[in-house]
Amino acid sequence: MRSQVVPTEWPLVALALLLTACGVAMVYSAGQTDVPNFVEGIWRTQVLWAVLGIGTAYVTSRLSVRLLEWGAVPLYLVAVFLLVLLLFIGTGAGTAAGTKSWLTIGGVRLGQPSELAKVAVVLMLARVLSAERTAPTSLFGLWRPALIVGVPWLLIMAQPDLGTGIVFIGIFFAMLFWSGVSWPLLLMAASPGISLILAFSTGVWGAWFLLLLALVAWKRPSWIESTAIVGANVAMGVVAPILWERLNPYQQRRLLVFLDPSSDPRASGYHLIQSQVAIGSGGFFGKGFTDGSQKRLAFLPEQHTDFIYAVVGEEFGFVGVGFVLALFCILLLRTVRIAARSANPFASLVAFGLTAAFFTHIVVNVGMTIGLMPITGIPLPFFSYGGSFMLACWLSIGILALVSSEGRGRADGLVI
Amino acid sequence: MSFHPNAVQGRARVASALLFLMFLFLGGSFFRTQVLQGARYHLQSEENRLRELPLPAPRGVIYDRTGRVIAENLPGYAISLLARNEDSLRVMMRRIGQVVPVTPEQTGAAVRRFRREPTRPTVLFPDAPFALVSALEERRLEFPGLIIQSAPKRHYPDGPAVSALVGYTGEISEIELGQERFAEYKPGQQVGKDGIERQYEARLRGREGARYVEVDARGRVVREQARPDQVPEAPPALYTNIDLDLQRFVHELFGDSLIGGVVAMEPRSGEVLALHSAPTFDPNQFIGGIPRDYWSELQGDPRRPLYNKAIKGTYPPGSIWKLHTSIIAMEAKQVRIDERMPVPCRGGFQFGNRFFRCWKEDGHGDVTLAQALEVSCDTYFYQLGIRIGLQSLVAGGIRLGSRDRSGIDLPAESRPLFPSDPAREYYDRLFGPQGWTQAVSLNLAIGQGENSQTVVNLARFYTALATDGAAARPEVVRGESERTPLFNITPAQLRALQEAMAAVVGTGTAAGSRLEGITVAGKTGTAQNAQDAERDHAWFAGYAPADDPKIVVAVLLEFGGGGSRAARVAARIIEHYLKGQVVSLPPTEGP
Repeated sequence: MRSQVVPTEWPLVALALLLTACGVAMVYSAGQTDVPNFVEGIWRTQVLWAVLGIGTAYVTSRLSVRLLEWGAVPLYLVAVFLLVLLLFIGTGAGTAAGTKSWLTIGGVRLGQPSELAKVAVVLMLARVLSAERTAPTSLFGLWRPALIVGVPWLLIMAQPDLGTGIVFIGIFFAMLFWSGVSWPLLLMAASPGISLILAFSTGVWGAWFLLLLALVAWKRPSWIESTAIVGANVAMGVVAPILWERLNPYQQRRLLVFLDPSSDPRASGYHLIQSQVAIGSGGFFGKGFTDGSQKRLAFLPEQHTDFIYAVVGEEFGFVGVGFVLALFCILLLRTVRIAARSANPFASLVAFGLTAAFFTHIVVNVGMTIGLMPITGIPLPFFSYGGSFMLACWLSIGILALVSSEGRGRADGLVI
Repeated sequence: MSFHPNAVQGRARVASALLFLMFLFLGGSFFRTQVLQGARYHLQSEENRLRELPLPAPRGVIYDRTGRVIAENLPGYAISLLARNEDSLRVMMRRIGQVVPVTPEQTGAAVRRFRREPTRPTVLFPDAPFALVSALEERRLEFPGLIIQSAPKRHYPDGPAVSALVGYTGEISEIELGQERFAEYKPGQQVGKDGIERQYEARLRGREGARYVEVDARGRVVREQARPDQVPEAPPALYTNIDLDLQRFVHELFGDSLIGGVVAMEPRSGEVLALHSAPTFDPNQFIGGIPRDYWSELQGDPRRPLYNKAIKGTYPPGSIWKLHTSIIAMEAKQVRIDERMPVPCRGGFQFGNRFFRCWKEDGHGDVTLAQALEVSCDTYFYQLGIRIGLQSLVAGGIRLGSRDRSGIDLPAESRPLFPSDPAREYYDRLFGPQGWTQAVSLNLAIGQGENSQTVVNLARFYTALATDGAAARPEVVRGESERTPLFNITPAQLRALQEAMAAVVGTGTAAGSRLEGITVAGKTGTAQNAQDAERDHAWFAGYAPADDPKIVVAVLLEFGGGGSRAARVAARIIEHYLKGQVVSLPPTEGP
């Protein structure tokens, strides 16, 4: 009941504010170089976006979950419409100059609709999954969630924007898991993708394939499903590499660049090396705020967006990196708790979906800076410079606060 | 969906655990990169940001035996560029070309230096004239990454007088950079190319210093002196045994008209007092790149100024080799100093169906060995050669060092040409088994035939004659005298030969070179040569004072005519040296 004012989820907000403050400070530092350029003043813009985002979050937290549930469908449709529109009028900018990620009208860049699409997909998926009485138990039972994620995912891959695409996959599997889909089914659904990744080594792929066969034998899905799973895995693990080998190197490069514009081997290799040097040379305590030499001398690329975590690493060392990672970890443990405590299945799924979105962003971005993940242009929440993304992050915080404040009736005894 | 609280709680546990583990893994990865591998990355970041600008070191100063400068360093300028790639280097050269003239050769050389060492500032102009420096300095802002720094420039105050001895320096060549002995050298550095400069490169090369500047990712200099400079160090000076005063005198003596080589040595220690090759060149012109027209002028000169006639040129020794013949015969006890030959000299000697001429058509009559040396009688030595026999003559010549280099500490000394042992095989190889007769030994005995010697090697041989029969290795810089006993004759026999050599200058073939108050001993030679039948090479090798030798001189005049002319040159050198000695040395005996 709205009259019953429940205190706002203050630890969540405090963590997000702290992270935003750190983030703005790092954007400021990213502009402090010996080679002055436009990055020098962008921290002011970032403060503006943060303030706007916090306002959005506040307003959102005053809404009701029912309104969110009602608004999920139109929001989703608008998001898909904008993504379709982008294919025709989208423009590139910044890291992804060769893509069509930006909505530009009259020469003014309005933002990246894919950020909106993340939130919309979470809401839509939560609505569909919460409406069903039981979680899907067969592959074909997953068609509706798959369709909801698949349409915007394909539109985003067409921009192309591999990084955001990965976030959608993260959201999809996390929310299926949260809705109670059994892990063997999740594994079978994910198996073609896993096969594609493992295909680089025949031995590893073979072991995985045997494991999958055992899983199919144990769970005994319908014969159509079994055939589809095995067929898809063989296609991804055996046929795809053979086809790939047949391509000329320049064709391979073109395909890679199509999938991910920043994957030009020389450029991405350079980025990764410079990022690792910056982070590694930070040592235990770092070189001091604004004093990172790799950043100052412009060796570090995209120091205000994709590689801002390398600035953290260089200037604050392992201590700073550990501190920020701990903040992120506490924040996400907190949002998992919010999801677990919510009495409303829709709200719970929304909270967990947003958690998954944050998690994917953090792991892929941070992992990329030290070479654990492929280099895809994916931003770090609260840190990377960018308006739409800052708004989307704070919108998510607002929704999480709303979920937390509403309907916390049932799980008081729940302790995680 | 299944949303039973217990199920949700279970999933939340799983999710939290996975999440926590993932963050732990990320943290661990950062720990590895930043703490465990931090030092390596720190080094890499320093390499990234710091550029080492080499500060060229001055070369060691070269002095003569009394502390007079042979080679020194003058202030000069070098212009280099921190280039990111070959294209930007070429663009920069083009832009500099709009300000000052730049030749395609200069651009090509700069590109080659860049390709070899792209991380080092590329030297564009190793020896930039002041006009170029000031023109570029004025427009410094237009040329980012351009480095103008002082670079010591080699200078030889006596230029042409010392070129045969000291050599010159130049930029290290592509070929040299590929050699192991130049492994530590970088393109654009100076290296000794010839003479003392090359021989003593390791001792003359200074330790290059460094200035560290901070650059950004585009190679622009952001901060000067990011670290304290490493000051370049000059090596200790190199003292030579050269008497610069004598060296200058020899150079003046030859002037522009005489062609040839001279080596003057201290007979016991082997110290080289002077070494000259005429005509000479000006090594100062070679510094910082040899001007094209000067190079072609030197190359086109038929007198071959770049060819070192003291250590590289080999010439038939002629009569000055008669001392070799005499010693070989004396060692075998085949002749005494007062012994006469069966056939007196009537202007030549009949051997088989060939008549071998003596240089004096009228003949020398019946002479002893001592007299034959004094007047250089060929007829006598033809017979002595027959008596020795070809095989012994060749073996003896080899034993006396006629096939060995002198071992002087200068680069590229030529090996003399002389038959190998056994002689029969050598001549069979040379002319075919039926193509020669024993007559070759007649030619060999008078220093003709298959015999071609360097000036420096004959100077070495005459140090043995001047002293006790041990030859001193010529030492330009080295202080480690090395004397090798050459002769196996009695002191009395040696004294007799020395008296005969004194008679050469007293009353014999070099009588015109007699000096007031100084007894000079030696031997003249007039060598026929294949290039020019009309004009013989003139030789003189000798020493003075005869009773207490202080200097050995070997002189060769290319196409110089008779040996008496070479003797006059040698006598002037000896006179200058010994008179100077008398003046400079206080009397050791007094009341």
